[in-house]
Amino acid sequence: MTAATTKQVAKAREPDGRAEGTAAGRVRRRLTSRTATISAIIIAMVWTTPTFGLFVSSFRPENEIKTSGWWTFFSAPHLTLENYNEVLFGTSSSSGRLASYFVNSIVITIPAVLFPIAFAAFASYALAWINFKGRNWIYIGIFALQIVPLQMALVPLQRFFSTGVSVAGVSILPSWDTDYVGRFSTVWFAHTCFALPVAVFLLHNFMSQLPRDLMEAARVDGAGHAAIFRKIVLPLIAPALASIGIFQFLWVWNDLLVGLIFAGGGEKAAPLTVRLADLAGTRGNEWQRLTSGAFISMVIPLIVFLSLQRYFVRGLLAGSVKG
Amino acid sequence: MGFDFANEWPKFGQLLIGVAVFLAVVGLLLLIVDRVPKRGHERWQAVAFLSPAIIMLTIGLVIPAIRTTTLSFFDSGGSEWVGFKNYEWMFTEPEIRTVLTNSLLWVLLVPTLATGVGLLYAVLIDRIRFEAVAKSLIFMPMAISFVGAGIIWKFVYAYRQGGEDQIGLLNQIMVWIGLEPQQWLLERTFSLNTLLLIVVMVWIQAGFAMVVLSAAIKAIPNEIVEAAKLDGANPWQMFTRVTLPSVRPAVVVVVVTISIATLKIFDIVRTMTTGHNGTSVIANEMYSQAFRYREMGQGAALAVFLFILVLPIVVYQVRSLRKQQELS
Repeated sequence: MTAATTKQVAKAREPDGRAEGTAAGRVRRRLTSRTATISAIIIAMVWTTPTFGLFVSSFRPENEIKTSGWWTFFSAPHLTLENYNEVLFGTSSSSGRLASYFVNSIVITIPAVLFPIAFAAFASYALAWINFKGRNWIYIGIFALQIVPLQMALVPLQRFFSTGVSVAGVSILPSWDTDYVGRFSTVWFAHTCFALPVAVFLLHNFMSQLPRDLMEAARVDGAGHAAIFRKIVLPLIAPALASIGIFQFLWVWNDLLVGLIFAGGGEKAAPLTVRLADLAGTRGNEWQRLTSGAFISMVIPLIVFLSLQRYFVRGLLAGSVKG
Repeated sequence: MGFDFANEWPKFGQLLIGVAVFLAVVGLLLLIVDRVPKRGHERWQAVAFLSPAIIMLTIGLVIPAIRTTTLSFFDSGGSEWVGFKNYEWMFTEPEIRTVLTNSLLWVLLVPTLATGVGLLYAVLIDRIRFEAVAKSLIFMPMAISFVGAGIIWKFVYAYRQGGEDQIGLLNQIMVWIGLEPQQWLLERTFSLNTLLLIVVMVWIQAGFAMVVLSAAIKAIPNEIVEAAKLDGANPWQMFTRVTLPSVRPAVVVVVVTISIATLKIFDIVRTMTTGHNGTSVIANEMYSQAFRYREMGQGAALAVFLFILVLPIVVYQVRSLRKQQELS
């Protein structure tokens, strides 16, 4: 039987798409689909309740958060924005002062997304469309660097920033992190390095699939590589750049380790995550700050995620399934 | 000192400089590529395109990785050669052995549980109404930082002394079913606290597994599904004989990806317990040794060990990707 007829028969037999003829069969189907629905709802509830609890708590007055569970909120609802106000702009030394760290996160994230994507796009264009000796070896080399966990690079890279490079006592490069002007740039630098292998890998996959005729036609018309890259390749890979951009954005915004090591812990350069981890450690019971603080750190990623979910999922699938 | 927005302006100045440097580099590079002689000199254009990435990778990854490997054979200050002493320390020091067992526990449990839940959920919600909403609910933790997730779950595990009302959901559930509330994150018996941290990672990664596996399920050819239905396959047979074999390659990819992420886990442990009470894992211990105790040699040895653990998984991943590409 061919596939087409199979389909037709199946359709004729199951007009509503699932149930079979007999009454018993119908009942059994409905039962299994009911357990399926119920189990799905249970999983969904287990997965969302913790976040929901924290969200509700962040709007409750401090003394209530500390003395009663968030589930009691619904019997005696008291709402306040004081927690947010305090954790963002509070003046005491123990309050979060997250506004400042929020700015740091923004200042860290934007260049840390732009640089690796641009550099990766350049590199993968050369690897995919320019003929030169050793092309494959360079690609394999960059690809293989994905294996190196960033933990391998932390100590020497930090030393490189703090003491510079000197050969035989002669300083070739000065140290970077004398003041906080250098602070942000070290974080950008570190994030760029760590993002490059994956970004090159993904973009190279994408670029090498562009039609060869298009490139050759442009070459015949006398366009150089810079022109081809700008006018033909960039518009075509825009969706891929968007996916990778979203990933890199979420990665940098949510990162703790790189921020902790290269930006330090202070108000001058440390991102939100570093401050929050600090608050969770030293003031682990100040839930009025932790709940609101956690949500402040989540707002932007959640907006990005919800509005660009399509690109996000596409990027995820490109990275993990199609390779 | 209150919050004064004026204090923040210099930072935006930095941002502006950063973006300006970015634009300058990109513009300059394209200009250079345009100016180098075109015919017969493709190599120089390639060099221009590749140099930023290669310079960054060399300074930021290649040299440091080599340095770390050599540092792992030196003492804490990095001046005296000690041979394999740091590695010996790693496997003999009881505390570090706990760290290694914990990491093993993480890497065994997180991929299995997250993939299991993700697959189950993907099957359950396939083609139901509100599928997109149902997916978003499970997927959302992916957008949240590990730090945020750590705080969310720390709140679930929160503990209040005896008579007081509980504020953590888990302890309230204990009260409701008539048991004693526990200080969960201090509970070392059966590595209970580590298991509770593992729950957080499963909670985050299940969404990733679900999305990838759901796409794989949707890619199963309709004919196969219909034919199985015609043959009277019940839902269980459908799952084991049709769905599971079809999504097997995707399952492998998901397990591998989650394993690598799990081996490197740092933020959750750092946020929730700082690695105290026997909950530390390799990446966290590496940070503590290298950056808190200034034991560079021991920190480096842990980093190298992490690299060795990740290595076979990545090699496997690359090989299966190659196979997939050859097939398609």
